[in-house]
Amino acid sequence: MIPSAFDYHRPTSLAEAMQLLTSSEDPKILSGGHSLLPMMKLRLATPSTVIDIGRLEELRGIQAVDGAIIIGANVTHYEAETSAVLQQQCPILTETAAAIGDVQVRHGGTIGGSVAHADPSADWPAAMLAVNAEITLSKTGGTRTVRATDFFVDLLMTAMAEDEILTSIRVNANPPRTGGAYLKVPQPASGFALAGVAAQVTLGRDNTIEQVAVGITGVDNKAYRASATEAALQGQTATAAAISQAAAQATDGAEALEDIHASAEYRLHLARVYTKRALLQAVERAQSA
Amino acid sequence: MKITTVVNGQPHESDVEPRLLLVQYLREDLRLTGTHIGCETSLCGACTVLVNGKSMKSCTMLAVQADGAEITTIEGLAQDGVLDPTQEGFWEEHGLQCGFCTPGMIISSYQLLQRNHAPSEAEIRHALEGNLCRCTGYQHIVNAVQYAAQKMQ
Repeated sequence: MIPSAFDYHRPTSLAEAMQLLTSSEDPKILSGGHSLLPMMKLRLATPSTVIDIGRLEELRGIQAVDGAIIIGANVTHYEAETSAVLQQQCPILTETAAAIGDVQVRHGGTIGGSVAHADPSADWPAAMLAVNAEITLSKTGGTRTVRATDFFVDLLMTAMAEDEILTSIRVNANPPRTGGAYLKVPQPASGFALAGVAAQVTLGRDNTIEQVAVGITGVDNKAYRASATEAALQGQTATAAAISQAAAQATDGAEALEDIHASAEYRLHLARVYTKRALLQAVERAQSA
Repeated sequence: MKITTVVNGQPHESDVEPRLLLVQYLREDLRLTGTHIGCETSLCGACTVLVNGKSMKSCTMLAVQADGAEITTIEGLAQDGVLDPTQEGFWEEHGLQCGFCTPGMIISSYQLLQRNHAPSEAEIRHALEGNLCRCTGYQHIVNAVQYAAQKMQ
């Protein structure tokens, strides 16, 4: 369908974009447009003003800095998928990027847009939770960071204020003996996750789990941390039995979506199965890291 | 809003509404109707074109986002009446029936072969995940891409 009419601006600087955001009528930020435009075509979103930040250079690039990686909001899923820096230092992110949609979608969609939009079935939010990402939000008054665990608040709702733009995401480079995996069950046409699990594990000596984080998407109305699973594994020896038992708790506290693609019961079942599989793979990769 | 594009090597200058989708711009303003509108929901890929060398679903872009871009549509693949190997592959291997998905399929296949000169069947199928076909069952499409890869050796 055809989007409703809007005023379009393409600011040439972030400062101009932030200024437009507060001075325009009913504005929406446009990055890659692969969440916003589908909604506008269905008229589920009808902004009066579209502020296109998709070409802002300051929002591009993936930089390794002091044991961390800064990912610009405009980094496309394809750029993330093919990033040597991410592949070497935080490969769960390249695996997640590669799982998004399809080739064309990965060329257009951006990590900043995806995270800011917070579709309950998007892939990035699960990985953001699993790596404890820090999300940088900027407005004319200043900048703040929000941890991923505090960022995804409700259905399509995040911790962002109306006058803020998501400008970058910071993740830590993998410590030694760290492995991660992102596995999902995609809806066959859209590729959206019926259930998607990102698991990141750091092992100590004797195969004990020093750090574990599990982010789950597609199941609840927002991506969430499987904290019961994490608590069950913290400090434990990484055995298949321990993982199995912990994975069974992956849906504690979750209220699953129900729609034409999958029942709530099925989503919960998939979440538990894929938590186990993702953890097993994360541990295996940590052992060989 | 005034936009300039280079489509299949031809420069264009147009005044478009911001809400005009790139696929509408190509089909209606430039009369390049080889690019198709299939699903309206960014799934099927019938609208796939190359924008600055990257395959994109033109239904999921605004024409204004393509301001200053170089675009290749299916009409731009053949050179001086000679079919591109991907097009030849789809012909020789019967990679189409109704033909509706075909322009998008060919553009995506063309992109794959630019990046991978000898893709496996699994790699072909993975690369074409963004292009849906209701007719062929995909096997002849895979064969067509393999034919093209061979031809390009």
